[in-house]
Order: sequence, then C-alpha cells, then structure tokens
Amino acid sequence: MSARSEPGLRAPQSRAKSDTSSASAEADRPAEATESTWRTLRRGLALSPELRTGLAGTLVLALIYMVGRVAVPVAVQRGIDHGIVGGLDLNVVSLTVIATAAVLVVTTICGYLMMRRLFTVSETALAAVRTRAFRHVHDLSMLHQQSERRGSLVSRVTSDVDQITQFLQWGGVILIVNLGQLVVTTAVMLAYSWQLTLVVLVAFAPAVLVIRLLQRRLAGAYGLVRQRMGALLGTIGESVVGAPVIRAYGIAGRTERRLDKAIEGQRQAQQKAIRISILGSSVGELAAGLALAGVVVVGVNLGVDRTLSIGQLTAFLFLVTLFIQPVQIATEVLNEAQNAIAGWRRVLDVLDVAPDVADPGEQGRELPPGPLDIRFAGVTFAYPGGPPVLHEVAVEIPAKSRVAVVGETGSGKTTFAKLLTRLMDPTEGDVLLSGVPLRDVRFDSLRSRVVMVPQDGFLFDATVGENVRFARPELTDAQLTAAFTELGLADWLDGLPAGLDTAVGERGEALSVGERQLVALARAYVADPDLLVLDEATSAVDPATEVRLQRTLDAVTRGRTTLAIAHRLSTAQAADEVIVVDRGRIVQRGPHDELLRDPDSVYALLYASWLEQTR
Amino acid sequence: MLGRAIREQPRIFAVAVTGSVLFGLMVIASAYVVGAVVGKVVVPAVARGSVAGGTLALAAAALFGISVLRVVGIFGRRLGAGYMQYRLQAAYRRRVTRRYLELPLAWHHRNATGTLLSNANSDVEAAWYPIAPLPFAVGTLVMLVGAVVSLFLTDWALALVGLAVFPALFALNVVYSRRMAPRQARAQRLRAEVSGIAHESFDGALVVKTMGREAQETDRFAARAGELRDALIAVGRLRGVFDPMLETLPSLGTLAVLVVGAVRLRQGAISVTELVSVAFLFTVLAFPVRAIGWVLAELPRSVAGWDRVRRVLDATGEMPYGTRTLDPATPTPATLAFHDVHFGYEPAEAHLPGTEVLGEVSFTVPAGRTVALVGPTGAGKSTIASLAVRLVDPRAGTVTVDGVDVRELTAASLTSTVALVAQVPFVFDDTVRANISLDRPGIGDDEVWAALRLAEADGFVAALPDGLDTMVGERGTSLSGGQRQRLTLARALAGRPRLLVLDDATSAVDPRVEAAILAGLRAPAGRTSADPEHRSAAPGPGGGAAASILVVAYRRATIALADEVIYLEHGRVLARGTHAELLATVPGYADLVTAYEQAEQEREQQHTYDEVTPLTSGLEIEVDR
Repeated sequence: MSARSEPGLRAPQSRAKSDTSSASAEADRPAEATESTWRTLRRGLALSPELRTGLAGTLVLALIYMVGRVAVPVAVQRGIDHGIVGGLDLNVVSLTVIATAAVLVVTTICGYLMMRRLFTVSETALAAVRTRAFRHVHDLSMLHQQSERRGSLVSRVTSDVDQITQFLQWGGVILIVNLGQLVVTTAVMLAYSWQLTLVVLVAFAPAVLVIRLLQRRLAGAYGLVRQRMGALLGTIGESVVGAPVIRAYGIAGRTERRLDKAIEGQRQAQQKAIRISILGSSVGELAAGLALAGVVVVGVNLGVDRTLSIGQLTAFLFLVTLFIQPVQIATEVLNEAQNAIAGWRRVLDVLDVAPDVADPGEQGRELPPGPLDIRFAGVTFAYPGGPPVLHEVAVEIPAKSRVAVVGETGSGKTTFAKLLTRLMDPTEGDVLLSGVPLRDVRFDSLRSRVVMVPQDGFLFDATVGENVRFARPELTDAQLTAAFTELGLADWLDGLPAGLDTAVGERGEALSVGERQLVALARAYVADPDLLVLDEATSAVDPATEVRLQRTLDAVTRGRTTLAIAHRLSTAQAADEVIVVDRGRIVQRGPHDELLRDPDSVYALLYASWLEQTR
Repeated sequence: MLGRAIREQPRIFAVAVTGSVLFGLMVIASAYVVGAVVGKVVVPAVARGSVAGGTLALAAAALFGISVLRVVGIFGRRLGAGYMQYRLQAAYRRRVTRRYLELPLAWHHRNATGTLLSNANSDVEAAWYPIAPLPFAVGTLVMLVGAVVSLFLTDWALALVGLAVFPALFALNVVYSRRMAPRQARAQRLRAEVSGIAHESFDGALVVKTMGREAQETDRFAARAGELRDALIAVGRLRGVFDPMLETLPSLGTLAVLVVGAVRLRQGAISVTELVSVAFLFTVLAFPVRAIGWVLAELPRSVAGWDRVRRVLDATGEMPYGTRTLDPATPTPATLAFHDVHFGYEPAEAHLPGTEVLGEVSFTVPAGRTVALVGPTGAGKSTIASLAVRLVDPRAGTVTVDGVDVRELTAASLTSTVALVAQVPFVFDDTVRANISLDRPGIGDDEVWAALRLAEADGFVAALPDGLDTMVGERGTSLSGGQRQRLTLARALAGRPRLLVLDDATSAVDPRVEAAILAGLRAPAGRTSADPEHRSAAPGPGGGAAASILVVAYRRATIALADEVIYLEHGRVLARGTHAELLATVPGYADLVTAYEQAEQEREQQHTYDEVTPLTSGLEIEVDR
C-alpha cells in the first residue's frame, strides 16, 4: 500500500491547462484516433530526427535513475537479514546504508542529467516542428488556408504543440520512469521469490483489465469535456460580441438560459470524467491491498519453509508499493499521452499536405523586365468538388493598361484576380505574364513584380511606417514620407498623432476603414510592382472618402498594368477598359462608354442599377 | 479567497477534508500494520517454524481492510475536491456572464472581446485551481502532525530523524514551487505571444502571400518560438533538479531510520515491529507532502485570475430600465424625438481625453415618417442610432419615444416598440428560425416567413437545406454578408416595431436587391408609391400598420425615400430638410452625395490632359474626413 503515487490529483491539473488552450479548436473533432500511435510516432521521429540525438545515453541515464527506486527495499532486506534479525551487527547495517546512500546520490544525479537531456532535445525539436508548421501553413495555397478554419490552423502551431511539450514535461518522464520501474521492480521481485511475484501479478491482473477498460471510457469522457468547453466558449463569445443585439432586443433572459445550459453541460462532463478517473485509482488501490495481503499469507508460509528470509519478505512489502505506482498512474498518463499523440498527429497532418501551388524554385524562370502583359489561355477553374467558376476564359491585356473587371456577386471576377496572382492555379489552361506561364515563375520574382491589394487591407499591429515597410524592409523613413507625398497623402500623414510612428492597433483598428485602405495602397505603391491587382472594398466608407481613395489609386496605378476587381462601377468608369464577367464567362469587353451603347447588355443593366443607387 | 471557496461550498469541502484526513490516517495506520505484521506475525512464525492461521488471516484482513478504507478516503477527497472546484467554476462563470449582460455597452466598448472571454473562462478556472489539491493539503498537514506524534510515541530518536526529514521535504517543496512559479508564468506569457503572432500572421495570410514575406514572417515567429523553447527548457531543468531530490530525500530518511533503528534496537529501546513501521512510514509519506507544494505553486496564478474576475463582478454602471410602458393596444407608428442630446465616449486609456461624439442634437421623427441621417464617416450617425434604441444613454439631454423618456420605459416596452438593425450584422450560432424569432412571444413560423419576405430573404432561406431549421453557424459564417444583413433585417421586422432604426443596414446587399427591400419597407408606411407587387407580397410589419423609420444612409436611392434628411457633421446637426433643399443650400451635403458625379467630371478633364500631366499634379486629396 502506498501513498507515494497519487496520480489522479496531479494529472487533472496539467490536463485542464491543455484543455482550455485547445478546447475551441478541438470542439468538433472526434476523440478517436485515425491512425495507430506507433505510426504517428514513426512519422514524427522521421520528421524530427534530432529527437534521437543522444537517445541511447538518455535511456541509460534513465535506467540508472530507476535503479535508485529499488535501492531502499534492497537495503531494507540486506539490513534486516544480515544486520538485524540474524544477530544485530551495526557494521553491516552501516555499510549497507552508506553504500545505498552513495547509490542514491549517483541515481539522483543521473535523474537530473536524464531530464536535462530529455527536455533540451525534445523542446528544441518541437520548437523546430512548430516553426516548420508555421512556414508550411503560409506555403499552403489560399484555397487550403480558407478551407481550414483559421483558428484551427493557429492551434496547429500553438495548442497542439503545447500539448506535446506539456505532456513531455510531466507525463512523458513519468511514463518512461514508471515503465522502467515496473520492469526493474519485477526483476528484483523475481530475484527474491518467483512465488510471491506470481501472487502480486495475479492480484494486479484484474485491476489492469479494469483500468484498460476505464481508460477507454476516460478518453471518451475527456473528449466530451473538450467538446462542451468549445461549446461554452462559443456561447460566451456570442454573448460578448452580440451584446448590442441582446440589449436591443431585450433577450438577456434567453441568453442567460443558453449560457447556463452550456456552463452546466460542461460541469456535468467534468464531473463524469473525474468519477471515471477516481474509479481507476480506486481499483489500483484495492489491487495493492489484495497483493499485500496475499504476499503476507504466502510469504509467511514460504518463510516457515525457509525458502524466504524475513528481510526478503519485508522488502517485498516495499516492492509492492513500487509496483502499484505505475499501474495507478497508467490511466491518467496514458490518456495524456493519447492527447499528446493526437496533437502531434494533427501537426504532422498539416505538414503532410503538399502545397498545391508550389514555388518552382531554382528551376523557375524570372519574369522579363518592364511592364507586364497578361494572357489567359483557355482558363477553366473549379473549386474542389464544385462546378466550374470560370469557363475557358481567353483574354489578353496589354502592358500598362488599366482594366476593371465587373460582374455580379458570384460571377467569378474575384477568381480572376486570384488566378492572376497565383493564389490558385487554373484547373485547365494557363495564365501567362509577358509570355511566361505563371506556374514556371519563381515566387521571389512573382511576388516582387506582381502585387495584390486585397479587399480588407489587412494591417499588422505595428506602426504605419512598419506596415508600409512590410513590402520593402530596407526603406528609410524619409523614403516612406516621400512615397506618401507622391501619393498626395502627405497632409493625411501629418494629421496622424505620430506620423509614420502612429500605431495602427490590432488589425489596424485604430484607423478608420478608409485610412486602412490608404496604408494598404501605400504599401503596394512602395512595393513598386509591374502588375497591380486591386480587389477594392469601399462599401463601408462614405462616397467622399471613396473618391479620395480613388484618386490615390490613380496615382498608384499610373504606368503599371493594373487589373481592378470593381464592386463599385465608379472604378469601371475610370478604367481604360472594362471586362464584364457573367456566370464564369467574359461577356463584354471595351471602354465604359462603348459598353453602354447596347442598352440591354449585362454591363448596361449593372450600370443602370448602380446609377439608381447613387444618383 | 480560499476561505471564500470554503464558505461557498462548506458541506462538500467537509466531505473532501474528511476523506483526506481518513486517507492520511490510514497511510499512517498502514505503516504500523505492516510493521506489526512483520514483527508480530512473520518473525514469530519463522522463529517458531509454524504458521498461526488465525493471526495470519487477521493480518491479511487488516492489510486489505486498510486498503478499503483508503479507497473510501480517496473517493471522498477527490470527488469532493473535484465537485467543489467544478461547482465554483460554474457558479462564477454564471456570475461573470450575468454581469456581462447587465453592464452597459459603454463598458463593453472599453474592454476587448478577448479579455472578456478569458475573464469568464481561464480566469475563473485559474481562480479556483488550488481548490483541487486543497483538501489533500489539509489532510496531509493532519497526517504530518499525526506522523510526528506517532513517531514520538514510538521512539524519540526515530522521531528526531522524522523531524529532520519532514520539514526538509516541506521546505524543498516550498522552494521548488517558489522558483517554478515565475518560470511557468514566463512560459505561459510566451505561449500567448507565440499564439498572438500566429493569429495575426494567419489572419494576414493574404498580405503575407501576395507580398512574398513568408520567410520574414517565419523568422518573426521562430524568434518568439525560440524564446518559448528556452523558457520551457528552463522549466524542465528546474524540474530535473527538484524532482529527483524530492524522491531521494525520503529514501535517505528511510536509510537513516535503519541505522538509528539498529542502534536503538541494540539498546533495546524499540522492537523490530517499530523499526519496520517507521521505515515504511517514511516511504509512504513522501508523496502526499508534495500536495502542499502544488497549492502553493498555484496560488499566484489563482490570485491573479481572481483579481480579474473581481474586476468584472465589481464593475458598475448598469443601465436600469424604468417602470413606464407605452400602450401596446395601439400599433401605430411611434414618434422619436432627440432633445439637445450630448454624447461622448469614455477614453479608452486613462491618459487620453474623452471625446465628445454628439453635441446639441435635436430632431424629431414624426409618426409614420421616414427620416434619413446623412453625414461623412465619423459624424456620429451610428451613435444616434444607438441612442434611439437606448443601447447607450446620453451624457445630457433626453431621447423620447411617444413623448416618454426612453430611460423610464420597461425593457419589454422599449424592445417591443423600437428595433435597430446594425451596420455589422450579428447572427447567433443557432437555426434561422431562432435567429429571427429570438424566442420572443407571438412570433411563429408565419410571422418569421412574413418578415423574411419583407427583407427579401425568403428566397435564399427556402433554398437552404433545412429551411428555417438550418443552423447558420458561428457568427453566420455559412452565409454571405448580404444574406446576414437580410436575416438581421428580418429579425427586426418580425417584432413588428413601431419605430425601425436602420444603421446602414443594407450596405452589403446588392443594389437591386436593396432597392426592392427599401420599397417593401416603405410600402406599409404608405408614404410613397412603391412597387405594388411588393405591397401585395408582403403584408408589412404590424399587419398593415406602419412604422416610423430612421435610416442611416449613403446611397441616394435610400435617401430619396426619406421624407426628411438630417445632415450631420462632427456630431452636430448642420442642416435638415428635404433632399432637394439640402442639395441646393448645403455645400457639404451636396459634396457628399454628389461625390461620384464630381469625380466623373474631374476624370473627364483629366483624360484631356492626361498625356502632359506630371505624376503628382491632379492628386490633391481632400484630407478632412
């Protein structure tokens, strides 16, 4: 019987920590494993060969450390048999004790060295995996990035890896040490008496079976806890973000009920999990009691027959204590291990996705210098499993021209822009810039020559200057100021509280929507691309601001090939040429005025509707 | 704070502590029983060369019996501690979220969403964390005292060994916890930072990709991930130092007991029974002592979490509702009036001055009329919309509906009279039906469909896989922006409000669809000639009864539908009148609503000079917003 191991107490703490960090990401993920643990381990080790660095040494140290655990029972046996019971001999006792103490000092140091090596190697390897996964997510195509919930991508490089490191820091060491302890303890027990060892094993066998069963149920229970936690976070989030709606419609009562239900549901799940967990450690405890009773009964009989000494029997009572620890801890640690393995598997799964829009790298070509012309050669595009969004689009756009692409929502105009910047590849056909197929263009060449200003004008939580410099880190403040002046934005910049050093806040939210657009345009301007793709978004700004943005745009686009996805037809009016997309096909093309000549054309109808709204 | 926990759940805490004490006493008892079994059963039996069946059975029963009692103790302690922790967490989550619902929007504005989320989640959790090991720690203290007492009863020399080892073990635990806490905190902070970078970088993935900055972003991430790695290695090293020491110390104690025990045995002061008992006691006591260390380790985090929870619970500034009701038997349009209303936001940070958003705003929306609010971005239009439905209260002045100050109205009366459709549509993670009815009384499927028709949303809802029962997903992610806007519009209409406030609520809707919606809304009011088809297709809010409408608008089609236009600049009403009047007399208004035509004219001229115009000319930007 022992109180040394009290697994259930500590395990819930470390588990709860990882629960909260990954709950939302995992809420909708089934708890079942999709591939075997060993396969995941093999894949993981293949990907992080550095995990094997000095592994043999670490294992040897671990083995020595484990020997320390059986030192005391052995010392008790020797002390009792040779120095106490069979005639008191203080010298024997002292020598035994001094030798054992020396062994303990050595094993303690080995324990420290083992952990130090283990943590250094594993944390270093996992930090590398974390960074690699981060880079890989950025390398995935936009299509893939969008198909995953963004939050779940974030948790691949955060909570999933955290789960592995947290497991290694606590459960991992315990698992290694306890497995070893089980082996070493059994070995020592066998050396003393095979009969008593058999008694112990028989006493524990049913417990092991029950614990295995409970462990499976426990995994399910913890899965439910995580799922309910995700639901709870969602409900709380809704009540916080939707506060104005809740107030405006007087539905606080309804919201309270929803919250209470989620809170209560999560509590019930937690309580169910802890009940199973307690059951597990109780079974282990009872088995230990059974084993002790059995050892005493059988042991006394063996002692009477002189096959077992008193010291050996006493040592056995101590050893049973050591034997019970790993068995009791098993339910909790194995569960933690399974969570960590699942986390590792998810990270590996992300790394296994081959980027479908890949950089041709060294073999790739450079774009020819100077302004770029565009050619779509029989381009068809369909999202995976969906109907074609673009049908055999063939179009040529000369260098330096400014073209607007218009069409109803869902007509395929945004797809046009994504193909042009190689955020996606066409299902059929080719997109060529100055005669070079985009698939063959090296990314560093492509990204420096072709720049897209996306709809939301995303800004990083930094200063205005740093955000513009994102495009070209080498620019000085003077050059940035000059760029703003060239764009006619000098007055606006001066009006900011700290000029270039003004912090834009999280996602740029310290600036107005229109101002964010201005910074995003400046960022594209200093990138000095030869092809500029604009996906404008001005629905939230007033017309005067929109017109101002339009003028800045004029300055940015001058002298470059420009393709603007136009949601507002004022943009189309300003363009050299308009391409009208309808249901995935180009139906009209030409300058604004020409396109209007046919009053029944798609463009004329779009324009009429636009006029109705603005005039 | 732990005292508060005990006060809130006294019975369950008593159960847990009783279980823990029982467990502790059984641990001591087990040591003495093992000693007794060896000394009184095994040694005599071996010496005698025969087994006394009765004594042996008794010994086995005692060992197993103690096991059973320990299991009872474990059950009481862990179940009690767990239930207590979870109950407290749930209770405080309820309190914190209740508080969120009670506190005014102004308070919500001052606090980031993420902060409020973690207040209700991880902070509450952290606050009650030490509850789990607390009963164990209390039981362990009792056990330690019991162990020392029993040691003294056994032999003073062995007791002195105990007095040397147990306090040392305790001290080692305290030192461990103390030194671990800051390292853990640092790792936790870095984890949050790493996560922050990942969030931001993936949010801006499109910019990163289109600017080809993947390598630089990875460097930024790798730098922080490296710091986290070093922090975690530091945690691991500390663990590596203390864990083996904590394990070895009791073992050394057992060895000391062997030596001292052998000496005392020779002196005849103790028996073999007592020697084995004490040796065993040292072995089994080591682990529980660590429970005290865990409580201590969690305390700083717990206190920090509790402080943040307290901040929410202690926040003040509720907006209590009044007691007056408006007569619900007359479903006629309501009259909205602003009387010299001033409004300002509290500063986001203490050192910044608060800003006045609105000043001296007075206007009336007469019953059944449509009034448009027009002004540049940031003029205060949305604030007026919020004041009209009492999402916020004015700093000075009054807002009245049918002559009654909105602050005097009951919640039910206010929300059944006025409805706001916000600029950014908010959709609950629920069915389409629930999103529209919001479980308000008197809104059945017929009413829901009628509202959907009026909002031009019946078409796409009917095409959804499960119709009204379709789950719309978190924040309505499965719907387009325009669809979300139309759902929220239908939600407002379903309540048959007598005053409808539209805050640029159709901006994401296709222009043609928007025109149809506005015509439909306008029809029941019967002010202008609307499409007769729509009039027959949609019965209108209130079954033919009309609503007054206050609409924030940019589009001229929207403005054209208004009986009157109020033009705002910098939080002041600059002009009011019909669209035509304002166009003729107010230059700012004319500039705003004719911006497109002006741009077009400039473009015409620019085209003419395009070939010769240098880059920077013709780019004068209107800088004021």
